[in-house]
Amino acid sequence: MGFFEILQSIIPIALFYSAPLIFTALGGVFSERSGVINIGLEGLMVMGAFVGIVFNLTFADTLGKATPWVAIVVAMVVSALFSLIHAVAAISFRADQTVSGVAINFLALGLGLFLTKQWYGKGQTDMVSQPFYSTNIPVLSDIPILGPLFFERVYVTSYVAILFAVIAWYILYKTPFGLRLRSVGEHPMAADTNGINVYGMRYIAVMISGALGGLGGSVFALTIALNFSHATIVGQGFMSLAAVIFGKWHPLGAMGAALFFGFAQSLSIISSGIPFLADVPAIYLTIAPYVLTILALAGFIGRAEAPKANGIPYIKGSR
Amino acid sequence: MKKNRFLLLLTLLLAVGLVLSACGSSEEGDNASDKSTDNGGTEGTDEGTENTEEASDIKVGMVTDIGGVDDKSFNQSAWEGLQAFASENGLSKGQGIDYVQSEKDADYLPNLTRLVQQDYDVVYGIGYLLAPAVEKVAEQNPDTNFAIVDSVVEADNVASITFQEHQGSFLVGVAAALKTESKKVGFVGGVEGELIKKFEAGFIAGVKSVDPSIDVTVQYADSFGAPDKGKAIAANMYNSGVDVIYHSSGGTGNGVFAQAKDIKNANPDAYVWVIGVDRDQYEEGAIGDTNVTLTSMLKRVDVAVKTVAQQAADGEFPGGEILAFGIKEDGIGVADTNKEAYTDEIDKVVQEYKEKILNGEVTVPSTDEELKTYLESLEQ
Repeated sequence: MGFFEILQSIIPIALFYSAPLIFTALGGVFSERSGVINIGLEGLMVMGAFVGIVFNLTFADTLGKATPWVAIVVAMVVSALFSLIHAVAAISFRADQTVSGVAINFLALGLGLFLTKQWYGKGQTDMVSQPFYSTNIPVLSDIPILGPLFFERVYVTSYVAILFAVIAWYILYKTPFGLRLRSVGEHPMAADTNGINVYGMRYIAVMISGALGGLGGSVFALTIALNFSHATIVGQGFMSLAAVIFGKWHPLGAMGAALFFGFAQSLSIISSGIPFLADVPAIYLTIAPYVLTILALAGFIGRAEAPKANGIPYIKGSR
Repeated sequence: MKKNRFLLLLTLLLAVGLVLSACGSSEEGDNASDKSTDNGGTEGTDEGTENTEEASDIKVGMVTDIGGVDDKSFNQSAWEGLQAFASENGLSKGQGIDYVQSEKDADYLPNLTRLVQQDYDVVYGIGYLLAPAVEKVAEQNPDTNFAIVDSVVEADNVASITFQEHQGSFLVGVAAALKTESKKVGFVGGVEGELIKKFEAGFIAGVKSVDPSIDVTVQYADSFGAPDKGKAIAANMYNSGVDVIYHSSGGTGNGVFAQAKDIKNANPDAYVWVIGVDRDQYEEGAIGDTNVTLTSMLKRVDVAVKTVAQQAADGEFPGGEILAFGIKEDGIGVADTNKEAYTDEIDKVVQEYKEKILNGEVTVPSTDEELKTYLESLEQ
């Protein structure tokens, strides 16, 4: 296999693998930047996957080709509402944010499976008839060399994810709203004295994370799993959380981390066909993302510094 | 104040949990009874005429794993087997046969014990997940007979129901070899180990029996629940020219189907096929008017469950034995739902090999060593 062919096998796989992780990791960035730890990303993805699949199954006949797109929007809305549980518990009631995030994870899976059994009378749904399909992106796929590598037979959702990452970076770092959101996560009391509604900002941030988590979950379900069962989302939410940390709580960093995870995963699968990699046991490439995240946390790869007030409930008037 | 609020939250959560779980059991009860009347009705008309023997007084129960009794897979198949047994022996749900559904892993032990306490003579544990629980309960209740599906429990009162998956894999391997045009086929496994090795060895042997020059690519996903990895592996295999993939990887296989359908969507003339596993995966392969599922390797849990129940009713319960259901017992089969792809010509050759396995002409390998010897014997 030549170098070009290798790239041509690796990149499309890395792209579709990363897309759900990018969306969800961006959600994690928003939530944690505002000072609310979101262990519940996994649960939000489950919710998104469940809603995306159910909506798709129900409306595939009426909406036709547009079904998956509408489905991911609906999944975003429902997951944003679902994340309110986490927001209420963690922000208003000042519950332990890790505990309430874990509760989200349990609740989403339990609820999803319970409703699947109620509505479809079995442990898993049927496969959707209108999933996302890969396409050649017009114009761009005609570019020599780069075209076939990046724009042939890819999922549009992968590029939506990258676009979202750039938008998220712009919002967080270039707008007043973003500044307020970050200040609430760094020093909520200072923000409060400046007239920023700390609770309001945090609520908004958690709901954005819910929407993006739901988006990630539904994109995963509609491109990769195609149905909903107990095994649809297993660990992708935690991978995204790892991407948030590995990306140092920065939207573009999180995107890079997610893309890197996809790349490592893809490489571990392709490696058997690549001369110099064939001798490396695939397991090393498979565990690479986790090892790197631990190294990042341990401070070996630059300093991974969390927002200062991350995980600390804000109590108005306390010093 | 802070503490009070937290307590309030906790109470609310518990209350919600209570309400939800209360809904759960009652609704499920309804479902179950609906279902059994449905099935009872149809089975009754089918078998009603034969139903002349006297109702036997045996009580047979089963405990599902977390998939539930209507999972379209092992649990459902097992329950269908019990129902078939019941209608032949004049029994019905609640009158001789019954099932208990497990909501979580921790339910296995209490569910098994519950059936024992209700004086069931034979209690099935469906799925390897129940093996430890069956082992424990069987030890505590030496007078009750147990059966475990898809696993082995060593005890005098436990019958272990296993399948000769390598035989079925051999047959779908034959089908794959006849279907491939590129002379390249692929095998996607869940987690490498003794069990999935049987699938792999049988499949390779089947392929090579038809045409030793066909290349078989084998890759494991290291998980039964990673559709993303399954899709990536399938993408890589199809890219490299493989046109038939046999997956034996549970939920990971969803990704294989997703990739095959994606290729088919981009190019309706693309020549890509998937072979399903455990049950008929025809529905998973549907895309528009076509279907990428060539065939599926079927494990007939229903046949196995029914056979063992009948043996118990006849007073010949195979306690302490390891039963290996294969082609001979009709415990393993090959799906022929996709008539367009799985043509009569293919079926004819598959049936020939089935005969050869039955009359002992072909002994299907189930391990790497056996496969090696088998392939060497082919070369001669």
